Parts: sequence; structure tokens; C-alpha cells
Amino acid sequence: MSNNLPVLEFKSSTFFAPILILFSNVVADIEEALEKKIKLAPEFFKDSPLIIDLTELNKHAKEIDFSHIAQLLRRVGFFPVGVRGGNEQQNKQARELFIPIDTVRELTNLVITDDKNNSVTSQQANKQPAAAEIKPEVVNQASPPSKPVYIAATLVTQPIRSGQRVYASGDLVVMSQVSAGAEIMAEGNIHVYNTLRGRALAGVHGNTAARIFCFDMQAELISIAGDYKTSEDLNKQIYKNPVQIYLQDHALIIKEIV
Amino acid sequence: MARIIVVTSGKGGVGKTTTSAAIAMGLAKKGHKTVVIDFDVGLRNLDLILGCERRVVYDFINVINGEASLNQALIRDKNCNLLYILPASQTRDKEALTQEGVGKVLEELSKDFEYIVCDSPAGIEKGANLALYFADDAFVVTNPEISSVRDSDRMLGILSSKSRRAERGEEPIKEYLLLTRYDPDRVKQGEMLSLDDVQEILSLQLLGIIPESKSVLSASNAGIPVILDEKSEAGRAYEDVVARYLGEDRPHRFIEAKQGFFSKLFGGKK
Ligand SMILES: Nc1ncnc2c1ncn2[C@@H]1O[C@H](COP(=O)(O)OP(=O)(O)OP(=O)(O)O)[C@@H](O)[C@H]1O
Ligand SMILES: [Mg+2]
Repeated sequence: MSNNLPVLEFKSSTFFAPILILFSNVVADIEEALEKKIKLAPEFFKDSPLIIDLTELNKHAKEIDFSHIAQLLRRVGFFPVGVRGGNEQQNKQARELFIPIDTVRELTNLVITDDKNNSVTSQQANKQPAAAEIKPEVVNQASPPSKPVYIAATLVTQPIRSGQRVYASGDLVVMSQVSAGAEIMAEGNIHVYNTLRGRALAGVHGNTAARIFCFDMQAELISIAGDYKTSEDLNKQIYKNPVQIYLQDHALIIKEIV
Repeated sequence: MARIIVVTSGKGGVGKTTTSAAIAMGLAKKGHKTVVIDFDVGLRNLDLILGCERRVVYDFINVINGEASLNQALIRDKNCNLLYILPASQTRDKEALTQEGVGKVLEELSKDFEYIVCDSPAGIEKGANLALYFADDAFVVTNPEISSVRDSDRMLGILSSKSRRAERGEEPIKEYLLLTRYDPDRVKQGEMLSLDDVQEILSLQLLGIIPESKSVLSASNAGIPVILDEKSEAGRAYEDVVARYLGEDRPHRFIEAKQGFFSKLFGGKK
């Protein structure tokens, strides 16, 4: 303990893992489809971590025993590392198996955007470039991701109310108010051309160059790449003013936009 | 096709049932055939406020389970023959309330009624979610206090994401604000939020402000919706709400504190 070398450090980063979307709850069918897939690219799938997506099944009320699926996947050589879209029972089973539950994307299903001409946030959020989808019923071969893909900004024009969360895999542009108790997150920058009363987290995957811009600053919490400030730490001077927030030498700088 | 209205709030005890009974009666009085449904399984009290509790034979859940027909369960109001009540069950399990079952009942009612008013239970659980799921319009009932406003905000989020309209990508539910139990004197003293404070957070179309009024309690004790009490400010405020909802342009009233005896006498500033 005498030298000044740190013992550890936490960093935000992404971990590549394919997502397995299940459309059928018949375990035998799943096993057969998986084995076919694996035969096509045994090296790619060998010891691969895997996220299990149950959204489609639950959307159609198809019951499935999560522990059976986890067992099956381990048997054929995957390492299940996460589950998303599970129901209460399935999440409980996942927790018992020490498999983490991905809640962010689950909650983005809550998220709305304007009816016609605007992008739908939940779909945007699922369109992550780093995630290969394995669809058992589709024949084409899953391939590892190639170079990064340009991600369009997500636009939200409806108010984001208390209890709602919005997640954008690129930049997030919000034209409406963000209520206290709401949470907006982006892997890129966040722009709020209105009142920001909730929580805003930019650069959530560790992009320290991300910034937050907002028109009327009343946020409960702001964060860039994991560095955060709560409303208690915010200078009263900037309250209700237009500001931009960025990181400089690990310090959050909040500057009024004049 | 009927228009489905949900009366909702998130927070409990803010005046949803009082409002449901009043506006259902108001719509019926204006000549629109209306049915009001109690979604508060286990805690039914809409029938009390409408004074028909002793005529309940079958309830909403009986109809969903196919144990009674709609005609058997609907109770015609004693004051207005265009108003019908579908009471909730006091004894049955909430689990019987299913999306499919509710959908079927609403569809059948839609053929016969112009307006269907759904009195939502408090909270953001299943009952409240089912009450709003099929709605076309939402009356968000809010009291001028921060916890009620915050819950209404939360409810608005659910309205915009978890309704049938949202799921189908149709035009969103039309959301209206009803500020109830509003006491201008207490607002003036800073003990309650003002209309502006509330609107800063919710920014919704205001259908009306219902003042805090003793007549609400006496009306519900008598089993007559307060809207039928023309002497009561709350009753007149609900009458305004119905007229505005139907497209009439009426100025808002009951926002300012009443002039006290002395200021009346000596002519306070106008
Ligand atoms: N404008 C008003 N003035 C005075 N009292 C009122 C007013 N509106 C409602 N109340 C009273 O508040 C209480 C709760 O009203 P009500 O039952 O309508 O609320 P609710 O939102 O339906 O409650 P719950 O969440 O339990 O269903 C009742 O005692 C009622 O008489
Ligand atoms: Mg009630």
C-alpha cells in the first residue's frame, strides 16, 4: 500500500456478444436450429458469449423455462451472459443462474416517439452495430461485425414523462420537455431543446468526448462517460439557463451558452 | 362507434370517481347515451356516488366471465335515462380482469353507446393499465400538490406508450388536465401549487379547475353526482368541463380567491 499505484479502476466499455432472439418456445426445435447454425460456423460460435432475447416470445405470450434454455445453450457450447425482454419469472431464474438482466433495452420498449415521420426510439436502440443477430428461423449465416456503422441520431418530439427512459445508440435530440423522474441516455451527445428536469447521461459507453446541450437546465443528474453530478452539486447560477456540459481532465464542466 | 374516455391519475384519492360520475352524468344530460364503468375491482364505490349500490346484481367481472349478459349487468341511472353504470365487483379477484375480456366488453358497449367513461383505480398496476389501454381520450385528474403532479406525469408516460393506440402506432390518446380540489386561498398563501406551477410540468390542455367544495361530500353521501347540484361551484365547474370537452369555448373560473367580507365592503382592487 506504500506505492501510489492504484489497485483497480472501473471503466465503461463494450463487450461484444451476439444476441439470440427466440421466436419459438419448443426446446427441441431450438436445439435443432442451433445445431444447424453451429455447423455452419463452428469456430465463430465456439465458446461464444451470448445474450438471450425473450422479447418476441413474451410479446406473443409463449411461455418458456429460462433455466432449460440456459442449460441447452451451455451444452452446445455457448456462454449465456445476459438476458433481455424476460418476464418476472424468467428474470428470477436468470438471477439464480447468475446471468445478468439487461434492463435498459427492456425499458426502451416503453419509449415512444411521434406517430408518423419520426424515428422510433426503441427500434433505433436495438439497431446496435456491434450485435450480430442469430435468428434460428432465418437461413443466412450470422457473421462477425465488420467496420463500425454510422448511426443516425434519435429524435424525440413527445414529452418524456416521469418513469420513462430513452436510450439512443448514437446522438439523442429531444425537442420536448424531460420530466423529473425521467432518464435519457445516449452513447453519443444529448441535445435537449427544452426544459431538462430528469437525468441525462451522455457517452454511456465511455465516450469522453460526448457532450450534453440543453436549453433550460433543471436536471436531477447529468453524466458524461460515467462522471456525474447531481442537482445538489450543480451551481445555482446555471439553474434554468441554457448550458453545455463536457468533460475536461476528468472534470465535468458546465458552461452557460450565451 | 363510442368514444372511450379514461379518468386516471396515478395517485389515489384525488377525485377520479367523483369526476367519472360527474362527467358521465354531464354527457348523458346533454343527450349522449353514456355508460360509466368501475375498474376498481375490490373497492367499488362508483355505484355509491351514483346512488345505485342497492340495485347491483351482476358486475363487470360477471360479464367478462360470461356469467351474465351486459343487459343483465348494466344499471340505468335513476336521474337520467341515457346514463348506465357497469359496477365493479367487490368480492372477486382482480385477476379476472383481462385485456381480452375488457376489450370484448368495450367492443360490445361501443355498438350501443356514444361515450364510455372508465373510472380507473389508483396506482400504475394492472387495473389502471387496463382502464387506459383502450382509451381514445384521457382525463388526467390532478390535485395542486407536487406528489399528485408527479404521479400524473408518470401516468402520461404510460398513456403515451402502453395504450392500444400507442402499440398500433395510431394517433395518440388525447390528454386533458382536470385540476381538482383546488383551493384559491391556499394557493395564494403558497400552500398549494398554482395552475401555472402545475402546467409548467404537465403542459396539457386544461378542461377545467374543480374547486375544493363541501358540496362534493354531501352529494356523494346523497348518491347524486355533484354536477346535478347547480348551486355548487364544483357542480358548475364540472358542467363547464363537459361543455368544453364537447367543443364549447368557456372561460375558466374558480381560479381566483373569493373576495373576503372586508375587501367586498371597501372595494378591493378589481
Ligand atoms: N372538489 C372536491 N372538493 C372536496 N372534496 C372532494 C373533491 N373531489 C373529491 N373530493 C373528495 O375526495 C375523496 C376522494 O375522492 P374520489 O373517491 O373521487 O377519488 P378517487 O381518485 O376516485 O380515489 P381512489 O384513488 O381511491 O379511487 C372523497 O372523499 C371525495 O368526496
Ligand atoms: Mg375511485
